[in-house]
Amino acid sequence: MPLADAYGGWSWNLITDVSQMWAFPFMVNAFRAGTVIAVGAGVMGWFMVLRRQSFAGHTLAVVGFPGAAGAALVGIGATYGYFAFCLTAALVVAAVPRAGRESEGREAAVVGTVQAFLLACGFLFTALYKGLLGGVTSLLFGSFLGITTTQVLVLLGVTVLVLAVLAAIGRPLLFASVDPDVAAGRGVPVRLLSTLFLVLLGAATAEASQITGTLLVFALLVMPAATAQALTARPVLSLALSALIAVAVTWLGLIAAYYSPYPLGFYVTTFAFAGYVLARAGGLAGRRRPAPLPAGGPA
Amino acid sequence: MTYGSGPATVLAASGWPGALGHPFFQHALLAGTAIAAAAGLIGYFLVLRAQVFTGDALSHVAFTGALAALALGYDPRLGLFAATIAVALLLGGLGRRGKVDDVAIGGIFSWVLGLGVFFLTLYTTSRSAANGGAGVNVLFGSIFGMSSGQARLAALVAVGICAAVVVIARPLLLASVDEKVAAARGVPVRLLGFGFLLLVGACAAEATQAVGSLLLLGLLAAPAGAAQRLTDRPYRALALSAGLAVGEMWAGLGLSYAVPQVPPSFGILAAATAVYAATFVPVPKRRPAPVAA
Repeated sequence: MPLADAYGGWSWNLITDVSQMWAFPFMVNAFRAGTVIAVGAGVMGWFMVLRRQSFAGHTLAVVGFPGAAGAALVGIGATYGYFAFCLTAALVVAAVPRAGRESEGREAAVVGTVQAFLLACGFLFTALYKGLLGGVTSLLFGSFLGITTTQVLVLLGVTVLVLAVLAAIGRPLLFASVDPDVAAGRGVPVRLLSTLFLVLLGAATAEASQITGTLLVFALLVMPAATAQALTARPVLSLALSALIAVAVTWLGLIAAYYSPYPLGFYVTTFAFAGYVLARAGGLAGRRRPAPLPAGGPA
Repeated sequence: MTYGSGPATVLAASGWPGALGHPFFQHALLAGTAIAAAAGLIGYFLVLRAQVFTGDALSHVAFTGALAALALGYDPRLGLFAATIAVALLLGGLGRRGKVDDVAIGGIFSWVLGLGVFFLTLYTTSRSAANGGAGVNVLFGSIFGMSSGQARLAALVAVGICAAVVVIARPLLLASVDEKVAAARGVPVRLLGFGFLLLVGACAAEATQAVGSLLLLGLLAAPAGAAQRLTDRPYRALALSAGLAVGEMWAGLGLSYAVPQVPPSFGILAAATAVYAATFVPVPKRRPAPVAA
């Protein structure tokens, strides 16, 4: 049953509808938390896509599930579980040696094994903790109901911290992402930056997991960023665009989930994917035209 | 059905030596062995071709496929195969030579996963509440819940996949190791890339029944990764990968039988991860061998 049905439906008056929706503290908190998470995920995801670390990002997102399930099993807050597992996994992934393109497959094998094993651990934890079995779906696919004001404040704090560290290392990180060899030659500590970035990514996914669920964080990380990078090649502009798209997608998702019986995760991923497809289709259409400029657009 | 409540109570009563006497264990062993062999063979090529992320994406697609079929009232296996094979072809079509950009993969599969949640809601709200565990079963597998017909069919399909891999192993190996040389020698690299993705899709659909769509990646990646660390010779590694996968499947099933609280998919994954981790332990060389072992 759509939540809205219980409180009066869609009235086709935007202002009434929004004020009606925001009359409920849980919706206001969902919007606050969603916005904070979307900004963090949009920015971190932009760097993740740039660095071609989607698989690592997906793994970091997924390990939040055993963290939360394990925390429930031992009886502490799920937040601790998310952060403990995501940050540890970030360090493990960072420790996997990267040596040239030939090792790409083997590196992915390690990451993939870690990911599947941790998911299996999560399943074991939920099997041991019987009461949670119904909650597997909400851990994996998220829930926007019942977010407390304290949670919003914690999310805000973590996001501000992550973004502050990112702002401090942003320029060298961008350099190291675009051309690691040249950056290393100029004395940029590429490896240290890479580790630091993965830890930040772990923190961002840990907090986002709490609302979108561990399986769908990845959608917020990868798709707004990919859309923004398909639209413009200018770093600062596309970074801002990525955060903006993430926020827009989250808001639309929340509104749609409020007015319909289907889950938030479905709407967020669908809107994000639609944006990505439109951006890519637009880009392809633009490139097909016999452009006077050499292909590739403004670099 | 929740794990540890159905067959597990029967298990606790009997004890380990009687495992093979239980039909459900025989079915699990039959299907599991064939599935593990197929996953080991396919996984070796996935790792070799650096397409592990593609395998991951296909395993998530399996979730959506199974739930879509359930929501629409069909056999979940129909959805599994239809969805994974369709997406495998889509991914193959997107990339050159059957390889795909990881951002495109990520975008597609996270949306497909979102779609899976949609079908899960549709299924759990529209159909009987007794099937509330369907999502969990698809995600994490239910190998102890297979009927004899299901197990036989699964084993047949898995044997078919194995046979197909063995048939194309030689050209596929060449195409994976050195695309340009293979193309120059007249190997149809692009076609092989497509064919391989098709097999990955079929294998993903197949293995989902045993370990579930979320854990499938471990069965694909861990034995293959371990085999590649143990030997450099391709055919030996290919055989080793399949052998390890089968052994890990048996170990996992046995572990789960001996300790009923442990779900079988966790046992299988734990065995696979332990073997892979063991290959990273540095072995002190007994003798200063002049020849590399």
